Amino acid sequence: MTRLMAVLTALLALLFSAALVLGPADIGPVESLRALVVDNGGALTLVMREIRLPRAILAVLIGASLGMAGAAMQGYLRNPLADPGLIGVSGSAAFGAVLSIQTGVAATVAFALPLSALTGALVGVFLVLALAGPRGSSLTLILAGIAISAMAAALTSLTLNLSPNPFAASEIVFWMMGSLADRSMTHVWIAWPLIALGGVLLASLARGLDALTLGEDAAEAMGIRLKRLRLTLVFGTAAVVGASTAVAGAIGFIGLVVPHILRPFVGAKPGQLLWASALGGAIMLLVADIGVRVVLPGRDLKLGVLTALVGAPLFLHLIYKTRKEGL
Amino acid sequence: MTVLAVKSLSVTRRNRAVLKDVSFEVGAGELVGLIGPNGAGKTTLMRAALGLIAAHGQSSLAQLSPRERARAVAWMPQAREIAWPVTVENVVTLGRIPYLGGAQKPTAADRDAVEQALAYLDLEALRHRTATRLSGGEQARVLLARALAQQTPLLMADEPTAGLDPGHQISTMQTFGKLVKAGTSVIVSLHDLGLAARHCSRLIVIDDARIVADGPPAKVLTPALIQNTFSITAWHQTTDQGTIFQPLEVVT
Repeated sequence: MTRLMAVLTALLALLFSAALVLGPADIGPVESLRALVVDNGGALTLVMREIRLPRAILAVLIGASLGMAGAAMQGYLRNPLADPGLIGVSGSAAFGAVLSIQTGVAATVAFALPLSALTGALVGVFLVLALAGPRGSSLTLILAGIAISAMAAALTSLTLNLSPNPFAASEIVFWMMGSLADRSMTHVWIAWPLIALGGVLLASLARGLDALTLGEDAAEAMGIRLKRLRLTLVFGTAAVVGASTAVAGAIGFIGLVVPHILRPFVGAKPGQLLWASALGGAIMLLVADIGVRVVLPGRDLKLGVLTALVGAPLFLHLIYKTRKEGL
Repeated sequence: MTVLAVKSLSVTRRNRAVLKDVSFEVGAGELVGLIGPNGAGKTTLMRAALGLIAAHGQSSLAQLSPRERARAVAWMPQAREIAWPVTVENVVTLGRIPYLGGAQKPTAADRDAVEQALAYLDLEALRHRTATRLSGGEQARVLLARALAQQTPLLMADEPTAGLDPGHQISTMQTFGKLVKAGTSVIVSLHDLGLAARHCSRLIVIDDARIVADGPPAKVLTPALIQNTFSITAWHQTTDQGTIFQPLEVVT
């Protein structure tokens, strides 16, 4: 238990440092870390503080958000196939973000961008929970997710196509696949308050999700307030996924793969899986972001491409495994 | 001491009365069997008494706050649901949730209660096994242990013997009997009238959304009531092997 936390934290620290020292500017690790701490007025400090640091921080924040949101939704629906990306929550958040950028609201009102992404995410979560019912069967959940994802993607593309934007196609790719390229401290400031708020909300669900292992009726009879739990889940998920998507586009599979890998290490307890998945999600996104920078540095490979390339085959394996276990 | 008092409880769903003006009280140390045909309202009555569904009338349990109620009654729904592959010990520990604060870890008293519940149902050897991989009978025992770990004066169980082999059915009823001797009250809905007649100290018969009989099994299970409520005949006798109740034929 605590050993798992120590291992994950150590891994996270290691990868965070690696993300800071790796990059196209050919600088030694010690030198770059020194430039991060000591401002010598040179270009190196600028690179470290304005390019690499925000990117690494965002990877941690967004990865933790997606991992935790996945664990929370799976715990609530008691279905290991729930993931904010797969069930259309990220897609709806991306639509909300695109809409606020294209209408110009994002440029005029402070925090309009993350808040409209949050609104989009809220609609997505509401729709999924309404369609999937209290104990969503895998089939209705995935079908609802496909429908919501398709709708959100179509609306996002339409909005971008209608805009007088010469880069519409590359914008669409950004919002669908997600990326941390060229993010600045501004993006960190846009995202972190909502992510922190949503993280606190989701963390408070631990006990309720544990109780839900025995079903809604039993959980309620053990003193869990289900209505409040559902509202907390909806707002918490929408806040973290909305804020993440607003600055990095829709990144899929993290909320699916990470809880699956970590579940055996926490004895399958949904409550403990929350924080473990937050750490695990941050690790996975850091790895993915280091990957896109190392594998094809010049081609701006999108994060979602990599997470899907790793996540989708693992997803298939997990479907096969869960089917065999009859879960 | 009364552990549950229900007064003129009524439930209406989709303009149809599924529970009409039901009143009864359960005292300490009673083993109450709730019997009646399919759709008579047994589950509805229990859930309404617990306050899990909206109802008119009064129930002493429904008036409590969720946390107080969780310390007054343990509820075993009919669906034996264990959603994740957690260990037996962890399932039983879930019964201590009503006693734990926000992020509080189980205390020595909590672990004691879990140990007692495991020992009570002879589950010590299975404690590290994954609950979802156990047989139906073993899972039923695990879930019963979970309810016992809640250490409440009243236990309510919805068809706890459904889907179990005869041995597990009898031992479930014997566990209830043992609990009742120790002072806990148990309300249990049953379809097996033989088990009900043999193990319960009191039967409440529900038919068509209302109580049609309430009392000790020997007084309640009259040929007339059995025919009117269940449309069957039965052989009912007190022998040197105890009470035997065997349904025989359907009467039309």
